Amino acid sequence: MKALKHFFKSYSLWELFKGLGVTGGYLFARKITVQYPEEKTPQSPRFRGLHALRRYANGEERCIACKLCEAVCPALAITIDSEQRADGTRRTTRYDIDLFKCIYCGFCEEACPVDSIVETHIFEYHFEERGTQIMTKQMLLDIGDKYEAEIAAARQADARYR
Amino acid sequence: MLMIDYMPQWLFEFWNWLPVDAHTLLIILGKIILILVPLMLSVAYVTYAERKVIGAMQVRIGPNRVGFFGFSLWGLGQPIADAVKLLFKEIIIPTQANKYLFLIAPVLSIGPALAAWAVIPFDRGMTLANVDAGLLYVLALTSIGVYGVIIAGWASNSKYAILSSLRAGAQIVAYEIAMGFALVGVLMASGSLNLGDIVEAQAGGFSSWFVVWMLPLFFVYFISGVAETNRAPFDVAEGESEIVAGFHVEYSGMAFAIFFLAEYANIILISALTSLFFFGGWLSPFEGWTSLAGTSLSFLTATSIVWFLAKISFFIFCFLWFRATFPRYRYDQIMRLGWKVFIPVTIVWLFVEGVMVVLKVGPWAG
Repeated sequence: MKALKHFFKSYSLWELFKGLGVTGGYLFARKITVQYPEEKTPQSPRFRGLHALRRYANGEERCIACKLCEAVCPALAITIDSEQRADGTRRTTRYDIDLFKCIYCGFCEEACPVDSIVETHIFEYHFEERGTQIMTKQMLLDIGDKYEAEIAAARQADARYR
Repeated sequence: MLMIDYMPQWLFEFWNWLPVDAHTLLIILGKIILILVPLMLSVAYVTYAERKVIGAMQVRIGPNRVGFFGFSLWGLGQPIADAVKLLFKEIIIPTQANKYLFLIAPVLSIGPALAAWAVIPFDRGMTLANVDAGLLYVLALTSIGVYGVIIAGWASNSKYAILSSLRAGAQIVAYEIAMGFALVGVLMASGSLNLGDIVEAQAGGFSSWFVVWMLPLFFVYFISGVAETNRAPFDVAEGESEIVAGFHVEYSGMAFAIFFLAEYANIILISALTSLFFFGGWLSPFEGWTSLAGTSLSFLTATSIVWFLAKISFFIFCFLWFRATFPRYRYDQIMRLGWKVFIPVTIVWLFVEGVMVVLKVGPWAG
């Protein structure tokens, strides 16, 4: 009996037609494609995009050259040189991030004791020449200055979950 | 000829000045262009339709960016852009490859795919060559197509390509037999090898189409057709997961594009043949419906090339639908299906048809 049932089921192509029915149904389903440059998906405040170095409200840079980010970076993308400034504080003379090495894991941000290095919401950027993928200290500070409001807002929105 | 009335004087004189043989030649050439240009355009847009249909079935949109003159037009410019891109790419001939065979293989695969259209009747009497052995001609040409694949695999000097061409060769040989047997059923009913006569034998509306009396043969034929064209779910010859892209791994640029064209021309050919053999070609499914006569729908009962094109389009859609639905068969399953399922099924149904002939039912009633 079972063999007979199997015989009829396989020769009537029953399961194949059922499969065709499923895909045929999806042919008319509403499409979920996001048409990127015109439409964008919502972004989480935790989004980890391009890096930035922040400053305090008085204009002093936050980074104290503790090198925790350099130590924690799993891709070895961060290079830091430091010196003692005239006022006795320790500051970086060089803070490079190689964006080709960076895996955007966010560990640097987690490690930073002064919330200096952050990963911003920016993800639409490109390089046109070799060598330009290295973000220098000045470039990172500039990004931080430009987007401070957004960066602060994103940190604020995520603060209650931390 | 009506066309002659509208010719300018000088062209008319030139035409009369030409010898009669040249007339025949020019008319045949004109017909070939009339068939091939729409065919190549439909091949280009079948690739577009494939991406759109499969995209839709995967809840995506598919190509919708490339258009004409700044208008995106649902991406209709995509096939043109693809063709231009392939035209400008370099054709790389691998070292140690057999250069002549390597370059002749794409030609061998597209030649039969196009030549078979010579005997396809698009409407009553609308055919390039009204050959009495048309069906044999089509069978012969679709079989020659496999040489393109085998030679491409051999000449590429690549193990993936040779593996793929072995698979394709075995598969096409296996399914050719089932296909031939399925067509024997058609021959028993039509009593002719002429494709036009086969269609005319199905006159009388949907109930006289051969598909009604030979449903299993239709399934065997169409599924074998899918296997013949190496399309999903029978595309082990491509097998991108294990043999990269199969017989055309080493091909680039226009040489690759020609394999691509041949594959899609074969899809359209199989669709056209299926509608000719089993679905009454250009005949209307409502033929002889007296209730439609005199109403505004009476045009539906007329035989027309539109019916034929509609049927072809439906079967092309089926090819795409299968590709979006079924996972690839394992190689041994393909062989089992071809040899141990399809051939017995066709033989059993030929016997059933023999009984129908004796009992004088269906197409043999008259």
